[in-house]
Amino acid sequence: MVKIEFLGPIEQESLEIEAKSLGDVANFLQNIDSVNSWLDRCAVAINSQMCNDLSKKLNSGDVVSILPPVCGG
Amino acid sequence: MELYQGSLDIKSIFNRWLDEERESNYGAFIPFIGTIRTEDNIEALSFDIYEPILESWFNSWVDRAEKRGAKVKMAHSIGDVPVHTSSYISAVFSPKRRVALEFIDEFVEDFKANAPIWKYDVVNGKRIYAKDRSTPMSGSGILAIKEDK
Repeated sequence: MVKIEFLGPIEQESLEIEAKSLGDVANFLQNIDSVNSWLDRCAVAINSQMCNDLSKKLNSGDVVSILPPVCGG
Repeated sequence: MELYQGSLDIKSIFNRWLDEERESNYGAFIPFIGTIRTEDNIEALSFDIYEPILESWFNSWVDRAEKRGAKVKMAHSIGDVPVHTSSYISAVFSPKRRVALEFIDEFVEDFKANAPIWKYDVVNGKRIYAKDRSTPMSGSGILAIKEDK
């Protein structure tokens, strides 16, 4: 199982799904209405490392973080 | 990198950083301080931080500073920060002014664009995500791509 966590203002509890790649996570999240509207403006981290490769393989226990637009300072 | 709950005690952080580098032989010290302004009836700003990625983002800038003979420091608030108090301080130390002046500009701009920090206006005690002032991080949108099956 892969854990998906939603950071900052995205009001969605963490999810655990079966996924072999980041592409599987993308397909899964595109079917959740409350999350889908955020996806075109979100970045992704896997185990706290930024990632922008949909073919990236995932292993059981990996944590995928969804990062919406930021504004520090 | 330093994170604090609520407003920063800017003066004590600033003084401590000066003391830490007193003997380091840097000729230039340039701080940047972010203070919450009164605007649109807000009482405070509030911040969420994702610390693991903030840490790795900051460490990459520490390395970039080192390569230029400089040092960078940063402190940020978590949670509510009332108006007219400060939520952010960063500073660059370098042997000569030019590196520090250029570095603080690059660092603060990338901080605004890529540090995993989320800002909310606090109005009547409620947190409202500052959506219009927020910037998608590098690589955003990848999960919206539809794969051909």
